[in-house]
Amino acid sequence: MNAQAQKVATPAGEQSHTSPRKVSGAEALILSLLAEGVDTIFGYPGGAIMPVYDSLYHYTDQVNHILTRHEQGATHAAQGYARLAKKAGVCFATSGPGATNLITGIADAQIDSTPLVCITGQVASHLLGSDAFQETDIIGISNPVTKWNFQVTRAEEIPATIAKAFYIAQNGRPGPVLIDITKDAQFGVLDFEYKKCEKIRSYRPVPQLNQGQVLQAAQLINQAQKPMILMGQGVSLAEAENDLQTFVEKTGIPVASTLLGLSSFSTHHPLYVGFLGMHGNYGPNIKTNEADLLIAVGMRFDDRVTGDLSRYAQQAKVIHIEIDPAEIDKNVKADVPVIGDAKEALQALLPLVKARSHQDWLKEFDNCQKVENEKVVSKTMQPSTPKLKMAEVVQALSDQTKGKAVIVTDVGQHQMIASRYYQFDQPNSNITSGGLGTMGFALPAAMGAKIARSDREVVAIIGDGGFQMTAQELGTLMQYQIPVKMIILNNSFLGMVRQWQELFFDRRYSFTEMVNPDFVALAKSFHIGAQRVEERNQLGEGLQNMLAHQGSFLLEVVVEKETNVFPMVPTGESISNIRLE
Amino acid sequence: MEQEQFTVTVFSEDNIGLLNRITDIFTRRKINIDSLTTSASETEGIFRFTVVISTTLANVKRIVKQLEKQVEVLKAFYYDEEDIIFQEVALYKISTQALAQSKAVEKIIRANYARILTVEPEFMVIEKTGHESETQDLFEQLKPYGILSFVRSGRVAIAKPMKRLSSYLAELGQTL
Ligand SMILES: Cc1ncc(C[n+]2csc(CCOP(=O)(O)OP(=O)(O)O)c2C)c(N)n1
Ligand SMILES: [Mg+2]
Repeated sequence: MNAQAQKVATPAGEQSHTSPRKVSGAEALILSLLAEGVDTIFGYPGGAIMPVYDSLYHYTDQVNHILTRHEQGATHAAQGYARLAKKAGVCFATSGPGATNLITGIADAQIDSTPLVCITGQVASHLLGSDAFQETDIIGISNPVTKWNFQVTRAEEIPATIAKAFYIAQNGRPGPVLIDITKDAQFGVLDFEYKKCEKIRSYRPVPQLNQGQVLQAAQLINQAQKPMILMGQGVSLAEAENDLQTFVEKTGIPVASTLLGLSSFSTHHPLYVGFLGMHGNYGPNIKTNEADLLIAVGMRFDDRVTGDLSRYAQQAKVIHIEIDPAEIDKNVKADVPVIGDAKEALQALLPLVKARSHQDWLKEFDNCQKVENEKVVSKTMQPSTPKLKMAEVVQALSDQTKGKAVIVTDVGQHQMIASRYYQFDQPNSNITSGGLGTMGFALPAAMGAKIARSDREVVAIIGDGGFQMTAQELGTLMQYQIPVKMIILNNSFLGMVRQWQELFFDRRYSFTEMVNPDFVALAKSFHIGAQRVEERNQLGEGLQNMLAHQGSFLLEVVVEKETNVFPMVPTGESISNIRLE
Repeated sequence: MEQEQFTVTVFSEDNIGLLNRITDIFTRRKINIDSLTTSASETEGIFRFTVVISTTLANVKRIVKQLEKQVEVLKAFYYDEEDIIFQEVALYKISTQALAQSKAVEKIIRANYARILTVEPEFMVIEKTGHESETQDLFEQLKPYGILSFVRSGRVAIAKPMKRLSSYLAELGQTL
């Protein structure tokens, strides 16, 4: 930074708390972000946000800005960052196309409850509504996919709006917030003073536990003969992993996980019975329809978990522990809702539940796993085919990283295989796009995750299709030297869609075959280490090379082209009709 | 489940963008909004939306929770017709000639407890307050005399239960 620049801007300093000082709206934005403890911003500049970038220029010693290669990449990076940093990820984008490019990531964050604060520049307020250059109604566009949004047209509104944005994004059920700031508000001058938002009268982020509900829940738990816990992302959002484990070990209740719940409970724990849903494990799916009590903790009964609702757990009583009252009875009727924070709820329940064990019931899950091992796992782990299978790669990675890496998955067959076979042994180790199923998520999300937790090994597992949706972020990895490891499981197909075509559309492979580039050469053009593995006997060494490599590294693994992920609950089917082959 | 008509009232902060957020919650479920009225409420700074929809009981319950989930919504309620007193107002523009030519129009106005707001040389405007069936009825009766223009307002409704918004909010630990 040059000397003149430093003179122009005196960073926030202690004085700002007592005597307000005059700054531009743009600088007020940066100061507000600093006051919120923001250390990283993912963004992309343009005309309508130039004053903000100009202010940012003076604060690069206090905040790290990552120039992604596409605004969508910025949002996914911010999501990956948010999931591991446990605080809001921040994005900048310009008006018009910059802002609309954020939408996919914002929608993803909304449906997967990820806190984001997205700042967009907007045309000057006197031009609003006139179809000015790069004007787009981003407030209108983002309404359905944000937890809250607001357009700032006056500089003085900036500090309080940013404070509110962080409060809303990070409290209660987290979500994305978008703040649109007109260019004249960025140029305008205000007396800067920052007060954190502590309360909004119309919003109660964490409903208070109702003791009656807790007592009723405890009673059901104590009476149950075949209880089962369905764990969702709410456990990790509430940082309730230890509380869940204590609760489970006391009650002896088996735990199954949704896609976003994975890693919140060790896969090695004797009470862990597996992954729920469409490509989940056989046992937990089948047994959902035999249990007498389901205890849902921070999950929302997504249709990928429930299959046909009219044939879902009709025999079971349901306890639904959930922070968002709108989730109660949305899909599955709760006999006992426990509305509140998962950690508080589990702690309140703990002294009320009896120490028990459910050995016979657990044995049923074991038996199911035996069936699954025989019919599914063994075939995919020790295949007779010459080509590698995805599961072997994930298994080898799991072994080499001892289940302790952060696995960031994209969307498709490789995602389901990674979720099935990576043996998570540490919380906060699974980052994926669940609710929206956004191809192109993994590479930028892994980038953000690595920035949030440089101490952890971050491995992205990506399909050949999804990789090409955000491959330009290799440039970001290169520029900022972010040591992310990438595995492309290359089947030269949009595999998951091809699987459906094979099973439900008489093998009409309509536009799912891909002619791919040389991924290794592509990575190398970005000066990123890369290797291709085609043979089974090269796999171990390839993974070792990748993990040992200092910087980012791309390992392309050529896998069998036409293979299906099983088990599978076909769409609209009951989970009892889960197919093993 | 059977479709019924419900009146949904939403109390919110006074923010321009909220109208869209609220209507989105209905439209994303492809629920047609029969009428929508926005106005101030009895509490200063608190806005009130009155939305009339036809849907199932289970759905309206879900919708009310999704409305309340909006950060700037304080509280939402749903009512069936029994729970509320409601009115709509309709205006009818007809040619002044029609009134002059026959006594019938005057009779219709009297019988329907409607009133004449203005009489101009060419046209007059009649107002009728009531339920939709009543204002529609008047419409049918005036039709033979030529209705030049017709408009009906959205529903406004007051709930019968005596509990006030502030006491609901107090229960929720919120204050105004
Ligand atoms: C942005 C986006 N477009 C389309 C889809 C639909 N879709 C789901 S999985 C899939 C195939 C993914 O192919 P690939 O990335 O190669 O992964 P694979 O299934 O082969 O492992 C597609 C097209 C999607 N989820 N996201
Ligand atoms: Mg593929």
